[in-house]
Amino acid sequence: MIDNHILAPVFIHLFTAILQLIAWRKTVTQRFLSVGGAFIGLLIAIRLFAKVYTEGSLSMHASNWEAPFSIVFVADLLAVSMVLLTAIAGFAVSIFSSVGIARQRMLYGYFPIFHFLLMGLNGAFLTGDIFNLYVWFEVIIISSFVLMTLGGRKAQLEGAVKYMAMNILASTFFLTGIGILYGISGSLNMADLSIRIREFHNQPLLDVAAIFFLLGFGIKSAVFPLYYWLPSSYHTPPSAVAATFGGLLTKVGVYAILRVFSLMFVPDEFTKNLLMVMAVLTILTGAFGALIKTNIRRLFSYLIVCHIGFMIGGIAMFTKAALMGAVFYLIHDIMVKTNMFLIAGYIRQVRGTMDMTKLGGLYKAYPLISLLIALVLFSLVGVPPLSGFWPKIYLFQEAFVGGQYFFIAALIIGSLVTMYVIAKLWADVFWKNTPEDQPVEDKFKELPPFKKVLLLMPIVLLCSVTLYIGLQAEHVVLAVDRISNELLDTSSYVKTVLGDKVFKK
Amino acid sequence: MELLLVVVLGLLYAAGIFLILRRSMVKLLLGIMLLGNGTNILIFLLGTITKGKPPVIGPDQNVFQDIYADPIPQSLILTAIVISFALTAFAIVLLKRVYALVDSDDLDDLNTPEEEDL
Amino acid sequence: MRSIILQTATRYLLPILLLFSFFLLLRGHYSPGGGFVGGLVASIAFVLHSFANGTEATMKILGRKPLSLIPVGLGLAALSMVMPTFFGLPPMTGLWFEEKIPVIGSIGSALFFDLGVYLVVVGVVLTILFTISLTKD
Repeated sequence: MIDNHILAPVFIHLFTAILQLIAWRKTVTQRFLSVGGAFIGLLIAIRLFAKVYTEGSLSMHASNWEAPFSIVFVADLLAVSMVLLTAIAGFAVSIFSSVGIARQRMLYGYFPIFHFLLMGLNGAFLTGDIFNLYVWFEVIIISSFVLMTLGGRKAQLEGAVKYMAMNILASTFFLTGIGILYGISGSLNMADLSIRIREFHNQPLLDVAAIFFLLGFGIKSAVFPLYYWLPSSYHTPPSAVAATFGGLLTKVGVYAILRVFSLMFVPDEFTKNLLMVMAVLTILTGAFGALIKTNIRRLFSYLIVCHIGFMIGGIAMFTKAALMGAVFYLIHDIMVKTNMFLIAGYIRQVRGTMDMTKLGGLYKAYPLISLLIALVLFSLVGVPPLSGFWPKIYLFQEAFVGGQYFFIAALIIGSLVTMYVIAKLWADVFWKNTPEDQPVEDKFKELPPFKKVLLLMPIVLLCSVTLYIGLQAEHVVLAVDRISNELLDTSSYVKTVLGDKVFKK
Repeated sequence: MELLLVVVLGLLYAAGIFLILRRSMVKLLLGIMLLGNGTNILIFLLGTITKGKPPVIGPDQNVFQDIYADPIPQSLILTAIVISFALTAFAIVLLKRVYALVDSDDLDDLNTPEEEDL
Repeated sequence: MRSIILQTATRYLLPILLLFSFFLLLRGHYSPGGGFVGGLVASIAFVLHSFANGTEATMKILGRKPLSLIPVGLGLAALSMVMPTFFGLPPMTGLWFEEKIPVIGSIGSALFFDLGVYLVVVGVVLTILFTISLTKD
């Protein structure tokens, strides 16, 4: 079905950013614009999700050209779920940054760039054109470069160099893949490509293109041999920025892998094995990296890598239940990882450091907030009936059915190590007494009440969404079930984009 | 023509990858730029080259009368060039700032120890 | 180094190049040209002026910071993209006025989009160049 308004989530952030550019250096106005824009964006995303959930996939043909020739935007259930999650996370981070970001950074344009980043994310989720996906990726990475370097501390710039080099390299691989794909098929429309590729019989050449896409998206989503840039850069920017990055940017890579491999390069035995090996090693290396870190954000960075492996493993099995697990984990992971980094930012406000050896006694000082944080930590670990538990059931079950015993072992090790490091974090940060040689300077206590509320509200908001995902899992399962059906049988996607005319063959 | 482009393409990729493997930040940037240019030529090459047949409909015609060059690879390359222009400008400024702070061009010197974290 | 020849030449080149950039902008829809190229030519005109007379002098004739051109251009382009949705058409569809205007020809939303691109390009290029040339190290 055609709907001309599915680009509204993109435009709302574009216009917010433009208004903020006009209000350059007026930080108070920018804060109001940012929260307002993100709130309207959230409303639009909810409306779009509801529409797609009840009426089925929507599409839009830019400039009113016919389907394979124009740039197409497609809102199927996977895309709108991601848009909705982006909107929730964006709203939370926008509120958090109105207090949590230093004024100096706002003067250099933190807020407009943040909204350009959200615009890029929404565009990447909604587009149905492979080259357009590349353009949105570039919008995302260039905004993220700016966010990463804003402030210009030494460690930050060092992290940014690695981040920049790897991400530009990833885009180059992605572009090479697009070039080969266009040479093979003469089309850029993903739905059209999915038909044309089935008629193309030079499998080795297709595999080369698939590997280029996998390399490009693999760097972005931080899978095993390609993830080293992530732990060496994600601990450097301010926590609000790290929350957006940790929650959303790597997941765009996973989303792109899901999209490209379900539509175009439907995994054969070779790709499945490759993805599975990558998934197992990603989980293990991420978990072992997290074991030895004492800085909270470095620890979370490794946990991101570890949990990306769960999703890649689900994609590698490519059966219905496995995809349900992967997509469910994706939904859970965006909410929880964003919240984790916001919590790290909150801890920094309270104690001025994020080093676990120097922290302590938070439970004594703030018992209620600590219990709230404990809920988030339990969700991350996957304690039943919280949100991390349900997707793992699907993954375990499907790995048993498919005989993927290495993956089962990796899942168990990954989950156990996650539990161990989170328990260590809880004991170190919340239960243990503050080390005596450590001065306690509580900046949080000195804040005026409304700023305290603004810092805690996003954490509460994301926490309640996580609780909803966990306790009302049957709602999520219904959506995830439809998503995985659409991923396995792409004919409805193709029909949404191209209409009925292609089914003559 | 195709053969020449293939050779150029291979050279650009080889030089780009060679430069990326150096330790110097400036060479890293140059390597990435060469790889980007190599990719652009790859798209140009794979879009099949048609010589002397611009995709322009003459003033006295309504449709294409003849085979014509595919304009899409060119528009893709143009977009990629514009994007890489922005990325390169940003990267140069970033490297300049890093050089001013660290006073070194060596990527190995870019490791602030964990003790200095916030 | 100041060269009298260059200074005198840019006094005449600046308006001519700006005029040429407008020419490129206006013929852009069906012929080679357009907002991006036009914007580049216009910013090159200012760059040439700054080579001859120094960056401060160029900033003086611009009057305000080139950064302020970016939101104006982006806003113009974005509005012309969204405009067709109010007529029930997909975004970015070309809308055209029925009357032709002498010299310029028919005007449509594509021209406003190009004008936005033109302003953004001038703003971005000049911001980058001024930032790099004004930082002392």
